[in-house]
Amino acid sequence: MSGQYAIIMDNVNKWYGRFHVLRDASLTVARGERIVICGPSGSGKSTLIRCINRLEDHQSGRIIVEGRELTRNVRAIDEVRREVGMVFQQFNLFPHLTVLQNCTLAQTWVRKRPKAVADKIAMDLLDRVRIADQAHKYPGQLSGGQQQRAAIARALAMEPKIMLFDEPTSALDPEMIGEVLEVMVELAEDGMTMMVVTHEMGFARKVADCVIFMDQGEIVERAPPERFFNNPQHERTKQFLSQILSGH
Amino acid sequence: MAKRASAHRGPPDRPWGPLILDWLRDNLFSSVTNTLLTIAAIAFIYVVVPPIVNWTIVDAVWSGTGRADCIGEGKGACWPFISARSDQLIYGQYAAAERYRVDIVYLLGAIGLAWILIPRLPGKFWAGLGMATVFPVVAYLLLSGGVFDLPVVPTERWGGLLLTLLISVVGIATSFPIGVLLALGRRSNMPIVSLLCTCFIEFVRGVPLITLLFMAANVVPLFMPQGVSLDKLLRALIVISLFSAAYMAEVIRGGLQALPRGQSEAAAALGLGYWKTTFLIVLPQAIKISLPSIVSSCISLLKDTSLIATIGFFDFLQIIKAGNSDPAWSAPNVAITGYLFAALVYWTLCFGMSRYSAYLEDTVAGGKVGAGKL
Amino acid sequence: MSGQDDVAARLPPPGVAFWGDPRLRGFVFQAIVLALVVWLFWTMASNAGDALKRSGQATGWSFLWNTAGFDIGFKLIDYTARDRHIDVLVVGLLNTLMIAGLGIVLATVLGFVVGIARLSPNWLVSRMAAAYVEFVRNVPLLLWILFFYLALIPILPPVKQAISLGDTLFLTNRGLYMPKLHWTEGAIWIVVALASAIVLWVATTVWARRRQTATGRRPPDLLIGLALVIALPVAAFFATGAPVSLEFPELKGFNFQGGLAILPELVALLFALTIYTAAYIGEIVRSGIEGVSKGQSEAASALGLSRGQRLRLVVIPQAMRIIIPPLTSQYLNLTKNSSLAAAIAFPDLVHVFAGTSLNQTGQALEILAITAAIYLTISLTVSGFMNLYNYATRLKER
Repeated sequence: MSGQYAIIMDNVNKWYGRFHVLRDASLTVARGERIVICGPSGSGKSTLIRCINRLEDHQSGRIIVEGRELTRNVRAIDEVRREVGMVFQQFNLFPHLTVLQNCTLAQTWVRKRPKAVADKIAMDLLDRVRIADQAHKYPGQLSGGQQQRAAIARALAMEPKIMLFDEPTSALDPEMIGEVLEVMVELAEDGMTMMVVTHEMGFARKVADCVIFMDQGEIVERAPPERFFNNPQHERTKQFLSQILSGH
Repeated sequence: MAKRASAHRGPPDRPWGPLILDWLRDNLFSSVTNTLLTIAAIAFIYVVVPPIVNWTIVDAVWSGTGRADCIGEGKGACWPFISARSDQLIYGQYAAAERYRVDIVYLLGAIGLAWILIPRLPGKFWAGLGMATVFPVVAYLLLSGGVFDLPVVPTERWGGLLLTLLISVVGIATSFPIGVLLALGRRSNMPIVSLLCTCFIEFVRGVPLITLLFMAANVVPLFMPQGVSLDKLLRALIVISLFSAAYMAEVIRGGLQALPRGQSEAAAALGLGYWKTTFLIVLPQAIKISLPSIVSSCISLLKDTSLIATIGFFDFLQIIKAGNSDPAWSAPNVAITGYLFAALVYWTLCFGMSRYSAYLEDTVAGGKVGAGKL
Repeated sequence: MSGQDDVAARLPPPGVAFWGDPRLRGFVFQAIVLALVVWLFWTMASNAGDALKRSGQATGWSFLWNTAGFDIGFKLIDYTARDRHIDVLVVGLLNTLMIAGLGIVLATVLGFVVGIARLSPNWLVSRMAAAYVEFVRNVPLLLWILFFYLALIPILPPVKQAISLGDTLFLTNRGLYMPKLHWTEGAIWIVVALASAIVLWVATTVWARRRQTATGRRPPDLLIGLALVIALPVAAFFATGAPVSLEFPELKGFNFQGGLAILPELVALLFALTIYTAAYIGEIVRSGIEGVSKGQSEAASALGLSRGQRLRLVVIPQAMRIIIPPLTSQYLNLTKNSSLAAAIAFPDLVHVFAGTSLNQTGQALEILAITAAIYLTISLTVSGFMNLYNYATRLKER
């Protein structure tokens, strides 16, 4: 029965030293489901999704991704990471490789694909995110929006089953946010299972199946977007929404 | 149509005339202090430079066969001394008939170095590996003989530029990979590995090289099993290599620390394990960051080779020093000429290396890493 | 969303496979490494033990109390050939520390001058400083030492024609002979007085700074400090009955006797160490000052601070943070480089203890171990203080 769920988190707790950063976090993500996580800074939302591909480890509770449980077992972690793609706030493209090489590196070394195959897959993806003409440039020569789209292509090149986004547009200038969100919306409409940490509420309204609000390490509220934005149940959710939406 | 009066006007004319006067005024005479400094500097140059030029070129002796040609009033540098000893300077006391072997080694070394140093040539990793492993063995076999019917030449007779360059090149080639491993080990999560690497690095850096060389000469033979003896030059080479590796490790560790954590996180998220992340993503960038310091470490190694004289080897500097006591050339200006020539050779090599480092920074490290900052 | 609680409950319990567990793998690997290292040391020790037994070489530390049987050309304390090897060690160590101390002071002064000259707006001055750095750094220190030694000897006159100042200072090609301070009983109190004066000076400076932040005006701590440093030792001098006297050099036979001899080897060594290390210090100072962003100076000017205040209160404190770690590295390098004194036979720790004593007694293992331990102690102590300083002055961030 774990087969129908992409991600299962059961009572996950994490501490940084004495700081309790994730408290009894439980959630499930079905295949093809799109989850948006929002909350104030320090609420643990980035930590939550970083636990899913074991960039952070959890001290108690269980996390099962695509049927594999995340423990100290290195083999399981590697298998999970092959199936989960991640896009970072700071892009983290490899500056000493071209955009194309960024996208083929993991294909060659992890999925062991031959160069021709990897190159074709990469070029198709770069085309899909509309930066095919930048393929032979170095990341430093691209704009922020282009770099983030390249990062998305790099993650997609591994053909993951789940995509995680950790505040993908927070480091971008306002005029470039749109192009990245556009790519993410297309990805969602193609049926990718996604977990997105973001402040872009427009994106949430448009694409999310479920919006989760976190505060101080706890999952406070989760609901489909219509109910979440129009009729939030918890006081803290209402407070957060009024703060974040008042500026727009 | 008439242009608007405010468009396309040049800057107002400077009152003092052409550009060079402006430059002089701004850079040398802009204030009273500056003017005084300029005058003092010019005076200093006037006092120091012409006598040196006189001594080394104008009044120098350019040909001759012995001390008689160099002794006398008003005679400057004694250059024939250098050419008379040039064989020893290049080959040490290597048997004359066998010098072609040294030439072969020089050639191999030059090819290997050129392969590594010219940026455009591919396969750098293999060239570096070759220089660190294959070249020392081949050089050793060729130079010391005993194989392929080559007569044996003991390491005590190796000397001069041969010895200096051999130790430098082999030392640099071997200390770099060892330094990388030490740096990675020091940053390891495994406490014992980290502790061992840290202790080794701190011990080697805390002690002068001379002490380590004395240990190589006197103490290391004690630690070998009975009947096994390691050639003294080999011991010295190992010590120099480990010495340089410790400093290299600290330099590379600085580069590793300067790399943003997001790089290894992104690699991990893509499924690359520790070793692949380290060798494909982290190390290339860390080395580029610390490249100037790495070259600086290599320059220091070249200079430190002069210390093997203290354990009885005749490196380039020592041969020049020994030449000072040659009775055929005994004259006061001879010794100074010798040291001047030595300084020139070392300076050319070291300065060349630092220029190369600057060139690398501009082209390879600056270019590929991207227009923006890392 | 509702079924999730029982979903987790129906899953099989977790477990970790053996080879996948990184903790276990790390443990096994470290155990192997440790075993290898221990085996290596054990083999080395037993080989050494066998080799020493076979050669009949004496071992142990008792040699330190044997008579050395040789004189030392330069000594800061009384020493004769009848003294023991451990005294040789002390004399060598004091010489090394003296060279290091003098070298550090001189190199720092010259280095700061060169570094600031590099940044001078005067084109000639900055280029000359750059030429100095590029020229000096690319020649081995050993060559500098040999060169200065060579250059110095012909310039100085022989003993019989010594240049003298009054009848107390004599300059010859065997050295500069000057009066020596002769310590007797009670002289230690002068040292104590000096040390206390320095401590009081530091305390005065701290107090003065506090008064300044509290009231805006600063008491004259510099003058007070200087007065203390002069007055206290002088008072101790007279209080203990003037236990320090001067010993003058006198020409007896072929050379001077008595007094303190500054050997040309020492002068050459100091010259070479100073100019060599100063080149490196100059670059460190330059990059330190350049490393402070221009915005800092601009903000300081905008606040109305004068150029001197800007430098003293804003730029230099930040520059020092960049300068001090590599500066201490250079100090340690200078200390270690002083061991090159062996090349011109100046009696520093390495030449006299790890050289002559080693040749006399043949106990290389013990002697080199002691020598390495001494240098290691110096290095680790200085590095330790530097780490403390770094920690105390680090920019506190979120």
